[in-house]
Amino acid sequence: MGDNLSALTTIFTEFYYWVTVVIMFLIHVGFCMYEVGVSRRRNHLHTLMKNTMVIPLVTITFFFFGWWIYWAFPNGPFIYEGKGLILDGATGANQYLPWSPKMGPNLQDHITGVFWAAFLLFSWTVASIVSGSLIERVKSGAFWVIAVMIGSVTWIIDAAWGWHFDGWMVKLLGYHDAYASGVIHAIGGGTALGVLIVLGPRLGRFAPDGTARDFVPQNQWLVTIGLFLIYTGFWGFYAACNVPIISPELIAGQVTGSTWTATTIYLTPTTLSAITFNFLMSLSGGLMVAYIISKGNPFWTYSGGLAGVITASAGNDLYHPIQAFFVGGLGIYLGYYLHYWVERRFKIDDAVGAVAVHGYCGFIGLVFAGFILWGYPSSPYEGYATVSPLGNTIGAIIMFFVLGFLPGWVMAKILDGFSLLRVPRHVELMGLDFKTLTEEQNARDEVNRIEIAMA
Amino acid sequence: MGSTWAVDLADVGAVYPWLGYEVIMVVVAILAWLTWHYVQIRDENRDYDEDVRLYGNKESVKKAIEDFPV
Repeated sequence: MGDNLSALTTIFTEFYYWVTVVIMFLIHVGFCMYEVGVSRRRNHLHTLMKNTMVIPLVTITFFFFGWWIYWAFPNGPFIYEGKGLILDGATGANQYLPWSPKMGPNLQDHITGVFWAAFLLFSWTVASIVSGSLIERVKSGAFWVIAVMIGSVTWIIDAAWGWHFDGWMVKLLGYHDAYASGVIHAIGGGTALGVLIVLGPRLGRFAPDGTARDFVPQNQWLVTIGLFLIYTGFWGFYAACNVPIISPELIAGQVTGSTWTATTIYLTPTTLSAITFNFLMSLSGGLMVAYIISKGNPFWTYSGGLAGVITASAGNDLYHPIQAFFVGGLGIYLGYYLHYWVERRFKIDDAVGAVAVHGYCGFIGLVFAGFILWGYPSSPYEGYATVSPLGNTIGAIIMFFVLGFLPGWVMAKILDGFSLLRVPRHVELMGLDFKTLTEEQNARDEVNRIEIAMA
Repeated sequence: MGSTWAVDLADVGAVYPWLGYEVIMVVVAILAWLTWHYVQIRDENRDYDEDVRLYGNKESVKKAIEDFPV
């Protein structure tokens, strides 16, 4: 911080990311409320703790190796021009090893901690996306292994590949995913689907003739307030995806003149105003369409608002608000019907609809962005491919299937092979909180007996 | 880090204690993390095995569902 302007910019950037982290915390609060609300009464506590413990487990592993992966893997490695890991230099990964002096209180570095935390909150989110799908039958220990896998390994590989100014998918494919339709949501949905195939449906979810029984959410209020909180946290998420202020000299790309700007993660110019327009318009498109197709069902209407934002997120830095509105609406329309088709056809029991809302809508959003932004520059630097339908569709396949579905399915198979994936049948029927609820009831009964005796 | 703040902050970097021992701290923390998973998975499986042993019959399941209906 050599001069006052530099100091002000640094402190502003530090505070900016810090605020986004605090707002994004609401996403996790919302996911917990949502999941607990969907689960049946005798599974509430297990459901809550399963998602709560994502916070410490993904945090420490993201500190150990997740952040290092982001900076080391933009070349694939060896996919882009045969180059390996990026370890040294100004953006090299070794400065983010967990024993680096930058990874702790350091008066020369105001940014690493808050930038790390912003990415970490994305990591919690992507693990939470998987969490909801698996409720009421997955063992907590198995889920937490999967959470570490997606939260601190696979998603951050995809971020290095397609959500980094130097990522090989941006350079070669022109991959554009400004607010993470793919890098967070498609991979989360894909991973959930891979695990669900191995895990199987909840007992009794499907009738002998194959029709799905409706497991009604225990508490619609928790579900809807939880989704409201996710919307709220999503504002922080959008802001955290930006670089808040940067000069053309610092970008050192093709931008000319001396106008400072906010940028996307790719260092392409944008404004908070632009993404505020589009966040709200895509939310509205999703809510309006979901209300109609679900006939006013609160669960799907709220999920539809979220799905609308998720679908439009890939291009919400550049879309016109009307485009964002229609993209959001079309996304949930397709995601909703895909959810029920997959449920009927393959007997997939996705308890919260996460595969549809995050996975299918994230995938669809990437494809849409490829068409609508066809020909746009993906980067401020020379030599990068422009945005195209082919590049974004290949990107969607990489996010959903290669880094999402496949690792989820393989990890679930391994865990299942060791009998670590699913709770025993009798325990599932009794409810995962059976023992705790029984102990609590016994304690209440004892107090009641004593009070009656004392009367 | 020295014993006074009477310094030019431009010359101050990391300020946490045990500077130079970060690798050891990280190794200990990684071992603690792996141990946590081991203990948690062992205990969870043990609890479920016990639940099945004590309550793994039709009557217990029926009672549980009646006591705590959906």
